Amino acid sequence: MSDHITPDGCREAGLITRRGLLGAGVSFYAWAHLNRVASAAGARDPRLLVVILRGALDGLSAVPPISDPAYADLRGEIALPTEGAFAALPLDGFFALHPAMKNFARLYKDKKASVLHAAATPYRERSHFDGQDLLESGYDRPGRVDSGWLNRALQAMPAGQRVNSKGGLGIGPATPLILRGTAPVMGWAPQGVPNASDDLAARVLDLYTHRDPALGTALLAGLDTDKMAKAQGMSGDMAKPQGGSADPKGMAQAAQGAARLLAASDGPRVAALSFDGWDTHANQGGATGRLASLLGGLDGAFGVFEEVLKPVWNETAVIVVTEFGRTARINGTVGSDHGTGTVAFMLGGAVAGGKIFADWPGLAANQLHEGRDLKPTIDLRVVLKGLLQDHLGIPASVLAEKIFPGSNQVSAMKGLVV
Amino acid sequence: MALSQEEARRALLALHRFGLGAKPGGMTADLAKDPRGALRRETWDPLKLFVEDDSLFTTQVALSKHFDEAKAERVARESNRDDRREMQAARARSMGEGNPAPGGMAGGMEMSAAPPPKPAQAPQQQPQIEQIIYRNEALARIRKAEEPAIGFGERLVLFWSNHFCVSVAKGQISRATAGALEREAIRPHVLGKFADMLLAVEKHPAMLFYLDNRQSVGPNSRAGKNRNVGLNENLGREILELHTLGVDGGYTQADVTALAKIITGWTFVGAGEKLGPAGTFVFTANRHEPGDQTMLGKTYRDTGVEQGELALRDVARHPATATHVARKLVRHFIADDAPPQVLVAHLAKIFRDTDGDLAEVSRALVSHDEAWKGELSKVRTPYEWLASVVRFSGAPKEFGQVIQPLNLMGAPLWAVPGPNGFPDTFAHWASPESLRTRLDLSANIARRLGDRFNPSDLAEQLFDAALSVDTAQAIRRAESKQQGMAILLMSPEFQRR
Repeated sequence: MSDHITPDGCREAGLITRRGLLGAGVSFYAWAHLNRVASAAGARDPRLLVVILRGALDGLSAVPPISDPAYADLRGEIALPTEGAFAALPLDGFFALHPAMKNFARLYKDKKASVLHAAATPYRERSHFDGQDLLESGYDRPGRVDSGWLNRALQAMPAGQRVNSKGGLGIGPATPLILRGTAPVMGWAPQGVPNASDDLAARVLDLYTHRDPALGTALLAGLDTDKMAKAQGMSGDMAKPQGGSADPKGMAQAAQGAARLLAASDGPRVAALSFDGWDTHANQGGATGRLASLLGGLDGAFGVFEEVLKPVWNETAVIVVTEFGRTARINGTVGSDHGTGTVAFMLGGAVAGGKIFADWPGLAANQLHEGRDLKPTIDLRVVLKGLLQDHLGIPASVLAEKIFPGSNQVSAMKGLVV
Repeated sequence: MALSQEEARRALLALHRFGLGAKPGGMTADLAKDPRGALRRETWDPLKLFVEDDSLFTTQVALSKHFDEAKAERVARESNRDDRREMQAARARSMGEGNPAPGGMAGGMEMSAAPPPKPAQAPQQQPQIEQIIYRNEALARIRKAEEPAIGFGERLVLFWSNHFCVSVAKGQISRATAGALEREAIRPHVLGKFADMLLAVEKHPAMLFYLDNRQSVGPNSRAGKNRNVGLNENLGREILELHTLGVDGGYTQADVTALAKIITGWTFVGAGEKLGPAGTFVFTANRHEPGDQTMLGKTYRDTGVEQGELALRDVARHPATATHVARKLVRHFIADDAPPQVLVAHLAKIFRDTDGDLAEVSRALVSHDEAWKGELSKVRTPYEWLASVVRFSGAPKEFGQVIQPLNLMGAPLWAVPGPNGFPDTFAHWASPESLRTRLDLSANIARRLGDRFNPSDLAEQLFDAALSVDTAQAIRRAESKQQGMAILLMSPEFQRR
């Protein structure tokens, strides 16, 4: 029972108990007053944003290997043309880019974006859910859903460092597995009803402090983020839901929320968000159509990242990953089924751009994984380890033991960031 | 308070862990004395789970209306006259769907109807037929939450509906049939045989459409040879991975392909097709992959539709299915982490011994000591939370009051993010963003309820002696009934299950 309540039941202003909530790493006081913490002048202050494409992105449509001799036949009517109004955008001659991704093409040209092709996690089955569990947990087999690699990376940061003091940020109504764990995490999503009053929030927090600290920790983190998002301009129409996570408008809005919070001087430094709808079994479309619209939404989000994160762009790295790829040959319903190797994207001022990282396995029948999928030649963990090591400064030993257990044999890729 | 602390604890466990929460006065001495018996009593009469409601259509009628409207739209477009609005208005009037009376949950609140996920519509326009069907189904579903004393049967319906989920975001056919899937294929079998539910679901147009089996054609079938169409493995894969054996159930890619071939030709009659009444299940031999298929080591002769029926009945009684279902039930009702293995093994055994009798399995769940241990470690899902509000305040009459809170909490009705359904874990629903949204919604609902309830009295009626001193005090000290109600809705007692 709180002793800050006067006998007649009225609450004394400003005297709100914080017992039990301090463990969350964010305090009610901080939520109520939102102190601006100035970062040390000149110190490096990296930002990392992970975008998960749920449903398995067809890498052969996003970054088509247009000069591979088997490409046109395998892709049939959804193969991208190299000339005309809907021509694929040129990258290096061998690979091209889907025409819906104009921002990415420009960033690539400016050496602020790179492609990783024929990449995959160690997962070799074809279940979305297990595939996403592996991608997000960082373990080398399914079934571990207690914590995610990005959360463990936050814990591994030296205490007091800017990047881990604020915790991670999850965009959407629930914390994704990649960010789950003991390091503090905040969440943000568009809102659709008026906010509860601060007084009600304080009373409920106070009750949770006494009765249910787990609920208190979560609610406090939610309120904290909400305050910060408002301070960053995500209020009014900006905060009203614009569309789902598979809708280009919804994608742009989620990107706004993530980028504005990452850009805040006292905001989180690590964030994750998901876009849905990539499971294109039927009527996938080529230069236009369903997948083109999704890729356009993703590319629109890239534009948002670039614009909103401009002041900190040189310290920003964004990586886009998916659970696995899709079959090399289109199926009977002009779509593609669950596959293996696929593409990953990196962008940001901190990224060593203008490069395509690939050890191309080829698309001939005898070059395909199990005769049907793009064979993975880049272990995605190698990429993520390289990024965490060179961008966030996490030591190799911790990466192998704690962040990606069982990845001793594969060492971090070099040269991903500048 | 009528009950002792221990009696109240047991009654609360029954109502929250296995039910939809108390109705005022629902914490009775009878329930406290024999909570297991009270829960078992809700499993004796399968008819109680049926939805009888004049506003609802069978799948066949719903799809016929969908096809008719699509055709009328085409005609209207072709004749270059945009009389669609009038057409819809006329059709809506003939169905008796006027504008629903305002007011909703007593008190009449300002919560506006959220726009349906798709398609976007001008506000003054009559909704399309699929949206009208979806609305009526949603309102009928939430009304069911009010009926039972505890709501164990209804919780089982929610569990199985999420197990065999579809998404209205897939298209208008899904929107028109998602509610009917639950009423026609799930509710009749929640207290029946698992194999019967499995077959009813996999043959239902809603599922055949959602997981693309309508488009799947055997490569060597007549249709496959004539046209540029082929096999789609989606439904075959999810049957094994999600609906029956589970992802670790010991099947291979070859088994997936075999099952996908076995169920080629399982579809439903489309507009203008002569195979039967539009909107009903049909087996089209023309698309069926000819020949015997081997799945999980057993060869199934090509006997047409029976080939698939036999295969599904076999996977339904596979030991891996028993374990998968048992583990999922225990995780859902009891605990996310370290679900008691004794209980999982017990339920799996009952499942195997009774050939998947789900009433027996459900009764075994609530009859086992392991099911009554520990604290309430989970939180209510968004739907369960909304349902428990309805149980004391009455079912809403406006669709927006059902769908808007669910959308905001990230659990739009019959609109799952993927075929594995919504998660039901504490971590997922007690996330920072989720709780912040519940706080805003609690304030909003409390505004709507106004001073209709004395929240202190209501808290005693809902929780009896299980109401904590802290919560009782927080409610009592609120500055208004409205604020007290919001605190009640956010209290650990009301959130936990």
